[in-house]
Amino acid sequence: MTVLTTPDSAASSDAASQETKGTKGGAGALVRKIRTGAPVVPFLVYVILVLGVPTVVIALYAFKSNSGQFTLQNIHTILAAHTKQNPTGGQYRAGFENSLKLAVVTAVVPGILGTIIAYAISTSEHPAFKRIVAATSGVLAQFGGVNLAFMFIATLAATNGLVTKWLGAIGLDPWNHGFSLYKFWGVALVYMYFQIPLMVLIITPAFAGLRPAWREAAEGLGASRWRFWRHVGIPVLTPAILGSMFLLFGSGFSAYATAEALTGGTISITPIQIGAILQGNVIAGEQNVAYALAFAMIVILLVSVVVYVLLRRRTSRWLL
Amino acid sequence: MASLELGQDIADPLRIDAPYEADAPLNKHRRRFRWGRGAILIITAAYFVVPFYAGMEYSLQRPTGGFSLTPLSQIGSAPGFVSALWLSTQLAVITMLVVMALMVPTVIYVHLRLPRFRRVMEVITIFPIIIPPIAYSVGVLEAAPQWLRNSQYLLAIVYVILAMPYVYRSLDSGLGALDVKTLVEASRSLGSSWLMTIWRVLVPNLRAALMSASVLTLALVFGEFTIANVDNWQTIPVWIYLAPTDNPRINTLVAMIALLATAVVLILIVSLDRSQSRNSRRSR
Repeated sequence: MTVLTTPDSAASSDAASQETKGTKGGAGALVRKIRTGAPVVPFLVYVILVLGVPTVVIALYAFKSNSGQFTLQNIHTILAAHTKQNPTGGQYRAGFENSLKLAVVTAVVPGILGTIIAYAISTSEHPAFKRIVAATSGVLAQFGGVNLAFMFIATLAATNGLVTKWLGAIGLDPWNHGFSLYKFWGVALVYMYFQIPLMVLIITPAFAGLRPAWREAAEGLGASRWRFWRHVGIPVLTPAILGSMFLLFGSGFSAYATAEALTGGTISITPIQIGAILQGNVIAGEQNVAYALAFAMIVILLVSVVVYVLLRRRTSRWLL
Repeated sequence: MASLELGQDIADPLRIDAPYEADAPLNKHRRRFRWGRGAILIITAAYFVVPFYAGMEYSLQRPTGGFSLTPLSQIGSAPGFVSALWLSTQLAVITMLVVMALMVPTVIYVHLRLPRFRRVMEVITIFPIIIPPIAYSVGVLEAAPQWLRNSQYLLAIVYVILAMPYVYRSLDSGLGALDVKTLVEASRSLGSSWLMTIWRVLVPNLRAALMSASVLTLALVFGEFTIANVDNWQTIPVWIYLAPTDNPRINTLVAMIALLATAVVLILIVSLDRSQSRNSRRSR
């Protein structure tokens, strides 16, 4: 509620002027202030109860032992490495490492491919082509979860997948060359199905912001294409591309449904581990580990969003 | 223009030749790049089209070869499908009613009387997107009281939060395209109550925004897997994943239908948006 009382020079509604008048008036002003704020109360109460409370619960329970005392044990458990002294532990740390690796791979590769596609769109002279690619990206970026997993099982399952059969016919069955749809690279391949369109969607506006005047100026000064990209295009676009990659990182890091449905919960990444604990597969004495895992995930995502916002601010200096 | 022609009249040989020389390698470059671009686009298109075809083929192919639509008629009799569909439908309706009842009056009021609160709403409605559903479900399952914990309607309560970002954004942009103040003042000065103003004046004007908000909510509820799965309720996505059918192709078929439905819904929303912005431009 503090937000309601901070003076804001930009606001010019009658509600605002009522409030500024009211600050001198004591009790009457308070009543008026409450009245002005009242209609948003149901929304706030709902958000606090259903979103706020669970989030606070995660943060508190992450530092709580099973007997209810403050502890760092949960954090220790999820960060502990698998060593000789700790032969039964380390699976959560491994889960984080796999999750981070998966998120980085499915941010960087689709990030680069998406940028190339967006560049191809931006230089295309056919408006219909541009519109089709933009619309398709919008649709495909929303694909995911169980449906996408089943589609890829039909495509690349061992022996029976359509593409497995095609490649098998020319002697290149990927399953004979170390590929498994249900392991790291298989999951990464499926994630890219929604990550590439997502990248195209968020990076296309940056290319549109690249002004033709800069290209003309560079050419007028005798720069080659390469030098234009080396000294103008790429530096101007880099914050936008990096920022978008952080967004992709977040989307790959938090995905649960696709990996669960694809691997039947066998891949050890953090979201799957949390799901397993919630469904009752808990080692005795580690019930609160789920909170620590969830807490760590939220922290990592908040950091990546902050980086994204900062990079976006940097981007808007030149583009958009 | 005149000055340019004059300049060329000076007949500087360097100037005349320069564009010619610059053009030739540029063209060659362009042509080579076109090939590269074509190859990239074809490979990408294959990556996106082939799995879709594979899913369709797998679910609709007859054992004897060729396609048939009979699997479509078997969906209804697949064990558990109807109850999963019923559960998802109930959840979608409840979620939609609650999120609209909560958001429509609030967003309208904030637009009219409390513009400073818009920032707060923007920030609040970003969190459901940032917090991963799997992490969020950990907190929800602990924080919910036991009686709610045992109810499938807990999912609807949670889906309202997940739908908020989309509903807020479409309502906010819908209201931004209207002259809300004038509409409300006109309606109020003609003697109608606040509720009447919202219901008879603003809602009809926000039809497109409300439409896209509800369609997005619908798609969200029918597609949400994470929280339903860890809370052990068989909604449609959970059914696709877990249902033991004697014919596994049925699950893939339902998954493909769901993907197609997602595509149709999104295209619908885009065209709704477009027609809305066209209408508002015409009315100005």
